Amino acid sequence: MDLNYSAEELAFRDEVRAWLRANLPQDLREKVENYQHLSKDDLMRWHRILAGKGWVAPAWPKEWGGTGWNVVQRYLFEEELGYAGAPPIIPFGVTMCAAVLLRFGTEAQKKRFLPRIYNGDDFWCQGYSEPGSGSDLASLKTRAVRSSDKGGGHYVVNGQKIWTTLAHYADWIFCLVRTDPTLEKRQEGISFLLIDMKTPGITVRPLILMDGAHEVNEVFFDDVKVPAENLVHEEGKGWTVAKYLLGYERMNTGRIGESKRQLHRLKQYAAPMMGASRWRDRLTRMEVELTALEITNLRFLDRMRRTGQPPGADVSMLKIKGTEIQQGLTELMMEATDPAASDELSTAIGKRYLSMRKTTIYAGSNEIQRNIIAKMTLGL
Amino acid sequence: MNFDYNEEQQLLADSVRRYLSDKYGFEQRQKIVRGEGWSADAWAQFAQMGLTGLPVSAEHGGFGGGAVDLMGVMEAFGEALVVEPYLSHVMATRAAERGGASDLLPGVIDGSMKLAWAHGGKGVTAKKGGARWTLDGEVRGVIGAPLADRLVVTSGAGELFLAGKGDVKPHRTMDERLAGDVVLRGVEAQPLKGAVDDLLDFGTALVCAEAVGVMKFACDTTLEYLKTRKQFGVTIGTFQALQHRMVDMFISLEQARSMACLACSRADAGGDPKSISAAKIKIADAARHISQESVQLHGGMGMSEELKVSHAFRRLTVLAREFGDADYHLARFAAL
Repeated sequence: MDLNYSAEELAFRDEVRAWLRANLPQDLREKVENYQHLSKDDLMRWHRILAGKGWVAPAWPKEWGGTGWNVVQRYLFEEELGYAGAPPIIPFGVTMCAAVLLRFGTEAQKKRFLPRIYNGDDFWCQGYSEPGSGSDLASLKTRAVRSSDKGGGHYVVNGQKIWTTLAHYADWIFCLVRTDPTLEKRQEGISFLLIDMKTPGITVRPLILMDGAHEVNEVFFDDVKVPAENLVHEEGKGWTVAKYLLGYERMNTGRIGESKRQLHRLKQYAAPMMGASRWRDRLTRMEVELTALEITNLRFLDRMRRTGQPPGADVSMLKIKGTEIQQGLTELMMEATDPAASDELSTAIGKRYLSMRKTTIYAGSNEIQRNIIAKMTLGL
Repeated sequence: MNFDYNEEQQLLADSVRRYLSDKYGFEQRQKIVRGEGWSADAWAQFAQMGLTGLPVSAEHGGFGGGAVDLMGVMEAFGEALVVEPYLSHVMATRAAERGGASDLLPGVIDGSMKLAWAHGGKGVTAKKGGARWTLDGEVRGVIGAPLADRLVVTSGAGELFLAGKGDVKPHRTMDERLAGDVVLRGVEAQPLKGAVDDLLDFGTALVCAEAVGVMKFACDTTLEYLKTRKQFGVTIGTFQALQHRMVDMFISLEQARSMACLACSRADAGGDPKSISAAKIKIADAARHISQESVQLHGGMGMSEELKVSHAFRRLTVLAREFGDADYHLARFAAL
């Protein structure tokens, strides 16, 4: 048993850290550290800097621009990004759509989309949830009907998606749609479509959340014509694609580097309160939880690296604990502010507390994660 | 980075588990509890498997076992709710060897010399008359004192002594272990070199490992119960309200296991008391959580003397507090 990183791993971490110190623009880091809004330009600027270095999509195969790093290196990289205060890499293109294309896409689809995702030419969003289909995703109703005319085969899409993060920035959306509503097993009538957001018939309407921010949207489809070549995998196999994506790249759901930075920040920000034992004990328990999560994450990585097996369902616990810790830290930060304060930082901290409630709801609510562990790991 | 035991550690843990499942099942354990409170046969077996000499260095004929080497044994002892005072013996042995009392180590290794760890006494004072040292004071609740041959005592000033037993008034702890209140009146003692803090961090790491074993048993047995107990015509494990609570217990166990790995490897590396306190905080919280939920999910049966889970509850309640409870380690963590 040896819980330390190897000398090579530490050298890798130092290399990443040094590069970030030299290349993460200070204005972006300050925005992140002060909980300020990041514009599309901010996000894409950072995306392109990473792409220029060759580090924007480490998990991809090398032929498409991946780095060839092992799971521990990828984890260290993400942890360093979080710890440095880098803007997030929006996952819908680089992590999600790309993973699907690499696994199920045709050569033509890969050639058409992957380089543009890598270079940040296309901004992607995810069309999964619908007003009537949240946790029960397989009940989705957005309909795609196959037809053909002189321009070739296509689908006509009608319906509505909701909670679509950054759809107002997006050039493309990947969608789960129902191509066959007659099947008894409802999972079998679902297909995975790539849709150009500029197609006539698409309307994006903002949903303003309680922090006042415009992050999510409703997306309406009204007779939207989608070329049949934009179908990924076979028609009716969309659920297989969605399930694959669920199991993919969940090793950084704990957001440990980011939470370490928040903890560090909180200790500085709330330094005058450290003499109060009740406050200090709450902070210490949060730090202990974060350490326990980090070590657990490393245990899973170690297992993955040595068995070569993809992560089991029990990594859902990384999402559960990681988001609980993120929320716990923002809650402590919020409580460390003066409720009457009107300065910019205090206001931003308050808004962040409101916003971070999303983390235990999105990407499979923590209750759904518990269902997954109960079924897959515990056999209940 | 590697979280696995090495081959020797795994073999040892496996052989201890095999022995315990053959000879130390719940019924046999209850027989020991209802009898003297410890089993000389079991202790002889521990010696034969090399456990009594495990912490002794190779130089003195032992195996030089550190915290990680002992971790698998402690987990197995936790799973079986072993009542023999093994950790108390290990602590005292480590103190005795480091302190220079190597003459008693052959007896420790062959099982004939049983030691107990008498720490935390009130007002224990040491006096020197010529070349002789004597101890006065009281140490309450010393695990294993009634069966021990010698004690390792910490004085109020934090010095360590190897001493005779003085007067021992035996009793059973909440978790059914044989303990004793020790009264020392001019008891002859031999000073031991070494710092008590390092020893305590070592013991804290091991108590974390033992607690992980007990928690694993509590989780396993509760999961089994959810899969077999029927109400309303179905197994109760089909109810989501219970599934989610079981999942939370499982997560607590995994987090606790991670922290026990951290504590034991840091105890061996030395010099990281903060990580060890962090581990004990997590383990104390997890022990409280898992013990209470395991009883609740068993319903009335969980309260029953007949079921092992109620005994695991008692053990976890005590382990959560041994070597400092969560509040103690929260304060220490913040002060470091």
